[in-house]
Amino acid sequence: MAWTRNVLRVNLSAGTCTPEPLNMTWAQDYLGQRGLATKYFVSEVDPKVDPFAPENELIFVTGPLTGTMASTGGRYSVVTKGPLTGAIACSNSGGYFGAELKFAGWDMLIFEGASPKPVYLLLIDGKAELVDAGSLWGKTVWETEEEIKKVHQDPQIRVAAIGRAGEIGVLYAGIVNDLHRAAGRSGVGAVMGSKNLKAVAVRGTRTDSYPLANPKAFLAATEAAKKVLAANGVTGQGLPTYGTQVLMNVINELGALPTRNHRDIQFEGAGDISGEAMHRKRPTDGKANLVTNGACFGCTIACGRISRMDPGHFTVKDKPQYQGASGGVEYEAAWALGAANGVNDLEALTYANFLCNEHGFDPISFGATVGAAMELYDLGILTKDEVGFELPFGSTEAMVKLAELTARGEGFGKEIGMGSRRLCAKYGRPDLSMTVKGQEFPAYDGRGLQGMGLAYATSNRGACHLRGYMVSPEVLGIPVKMDPQATEGKAAMLKAFQDLTAVVDSAGICLFTTFAWGLADIQPQIQAACEGDWSPERLLLVGERIWNMEREFNLAAGLTKKDDCLPPRLMKEEAKTGPQKGAVSKLDVMLPEYYEVRGWTAEGVPTAGTRARLGV
Amino acid sequence: MQKSLHLDPNKCTGCLQCEMACAWEKYETFTIAKSRIKVFTFHHEGRFVPYTCTQCDEAWCLIACPVDAIKLDPVTGAKIVLEPTCVGCKVCTIACPFGTINYVAQTGKVQKCDLCDGDPACAKACPTGAITYVDADWTGLGKMRAWAGKTDTTAATA
Ligand code: SF4
Ligand code: SF4
Ligand code: SF4
Repeated sequence: MAWTRNVLRVNLSAGTCTPEPLNMTWAQDYLGQRGLATKYFVSEVDPKVDPFAPENELIFVTGPLTGTMASTGGRYSVVTKGPLTGAIACSNSGGYFGAELKFAGWDMLIFEGASPKPVYLLLIDGKAELVDAGSLWGKTVWETEEEIKKVHQDPQIRVAAIGRAGEIGVLYAGIVNDLHRAAGRSGVGAVMGSKNLKAVAVRGTRTDSYPLANPKAFLAATEAAKKVLAANGVTGQGLPTYGTQVLMNVINELGALPTRNHRDIQFEGAGDISGEAMHRKRPTDGKANLVTNGACFGCTIACGRISRMDPGHFTVKDKPQYQGASGGVEYEAAWALGAANGVNDLEALTYANFLCNEHGFDPISFGATVGAAMELYDLGILTKDEVGFELPFGSTEAMVKLAELTARGEGFGKEIGMGSRRLCAKYGRPDLSMTVKGQEFPAYDGRGLQGMGLAYATSNRGACHLRGYMVSPEVLGIPVKMDPQATEGKAAMLKAFQDLTAVVDSAGICLFTTFAWGLADIQPQIQAACEGDWSPERLLLVGERIWNMEREFNLAAGLTKKDDCLPPRLMKEEAKTGPQKGAVSKLDVMLPEYYEVRGWTAEGVPTAGTRARLGV
Repeated sequence: MQKSLHLDPNKCTGCLQCEMACAWEKYETFTIAKSRIKVFTFHHEGRFVPYTCTQCDEAWCLIACPVDAIKLDPVTGAKIVLEPTCVGCKVCTIACPFGTINYVAQTGKVQKCDLCDGDPACAKACPTGAITYVDADWTGLGKMRAWAGKTDTTAATA
């Protein structure tokens, strides 16, 4: 079975918590997690809803493999309409929180309405209660977790919380659990803040709530699949040793590392902020930035970075709270806080990353927005008077200052907190915003990797690397090597990746397993855990159904083909250096083909035939 | 030869596979609240430390039990709780200096690591080698070897 079959509906306006049985027909059609919560969401929420209106819902959801011995089986997602994009938002997080939700006996928490005053939801197994959070409002994520554990005298409670950024509506505020794991993108934390919901705290001790369909087969399947992860070079060695940061030098050398708001495509400081650099002993104190690697719940890969800063670094000199170890930079964060601004100070990046975790905002969108601001400044459109200080590309001081201001919603941090699209529009240069559907790009350039460009343009939640990771074929040769500049076959490959990703997410496991796992490794685990027929064909159909459901929501929300685009810079300005020199995005060639393989009209709308085939 | 669990925090990543394996072995659940081994996160030190009963030779819990519900398994050396005998008085939990024997409200008895009859589920599940089941007389062998490797022998052979 693997589902607890319990959904908790929390009406924040009325202050009520009402359990209801999970819709098992939907579970069979959408599996769990991302797919299942989105099904609930699109069935209950008007696509035109203002993301900050009480009528918007916020759903926390686990998958059937969450809280099991399947490797990486600890993921949960948060689904809502995103304030950054106006599209469906679905942010996935690891850590320990998701598994604890399952142990407490819940598949899903649906938050409706908005609380008149700050509250947090306390779940002790089946007991749900909204608790006054007046004294927590304004506190950091870290303080909130500590405080909740203290008040309830239970250090084993797991907490997912927003920080100041979510409270004040930073449009890319995230929800942070277990201190440094985040449902980070698209502003799900800002929606949580708009509902006056400070945190969800959960402790689960139930032993009987989600029996597996076939325990013996499940243990055998998960054990076999773990061996595959261990034997693979990326999941067995690269990720545990360097984390996702294994990519920094690789992508830079390939000429696909967006630099200084995508003006450049290679960063001269990449080596200084790479995974290798995190291992290097600092000349200042003789210690390395990286202390150890850490795992999310049940994960046998353990890509997480635990870093300790140089206590003498100017950013933390008199601040002991940042001198201990905490979540270090992952690749995307290192890129956004570093290359996107031209900053090459690893310690400063680590500090800014700590702030993102502490105050709950997305380092990708934040860093990329700073990059856009630096370009506006460089062009003389933004002035020192407006910002309050100098803002040239490469300024470490300016980047960390803006992180501090954004976290508190002060000064120019207020503008940065709106994201790059709104910032650039405000200053009359919307073309300088490196976004799709309002969401900032992560760390791969769509000119350098053509398929990745297509993935960004068509991602249902705005620019994103986790909605069809074309880096796998275009760089790593997984499952086959594809020429980064070729357009042929990219549409079909992307569709396959997008659908498979939807399955992986919906199962409750981590996308990083797919460096080693194919559907043939994943399917037996799902089949043994869940009742029903979960053949590979059916799973891919589920993935495709999820993708189309998200698309339909976006179309109904008012997005059109026009929003499946890349910024003019990527379409017109040639890559200046490196192996991809001269490249621009060939999106125009790939997009019509993509619509076709998706079974959509030339306007990007699923045809009647496609709808019927998928049953959406 | 007797074996014992050997825990190496340096290798641990905090994945909790061991906790799930233990809970599954004993209760057929993945709910880690039921695990007899616990992994502690010392976040600000960047350390994960697995911890469970070390099966003391002269076991305080065993000596303290007023109804003789804790017995020595002569083969594995484990101190085992006899559930039917245990009356749930919790004296053993007070006696144990390490906190590794605990009351279980669900059963009204105490539980502790019993080495799984000499086939520890946690060690099998650990992906990093942080938990191993090794010769009880030589738990220090790995460390010795590491130091041995650092010994400078070039001077002696020169
Ligand atoms: S691979 Fe990394 S992100 Fe994924 S579950 Fe493991 S530790 Fe977490
Ligand atoms: S040896 Fe068995 S009982 Fe002891 S901690 Fe490991 S799994 Fe649990
Ligand atoms: S299974 Fe091993 S690595 Fe994972 S938490 Fe337990 S001791 Fe640590």
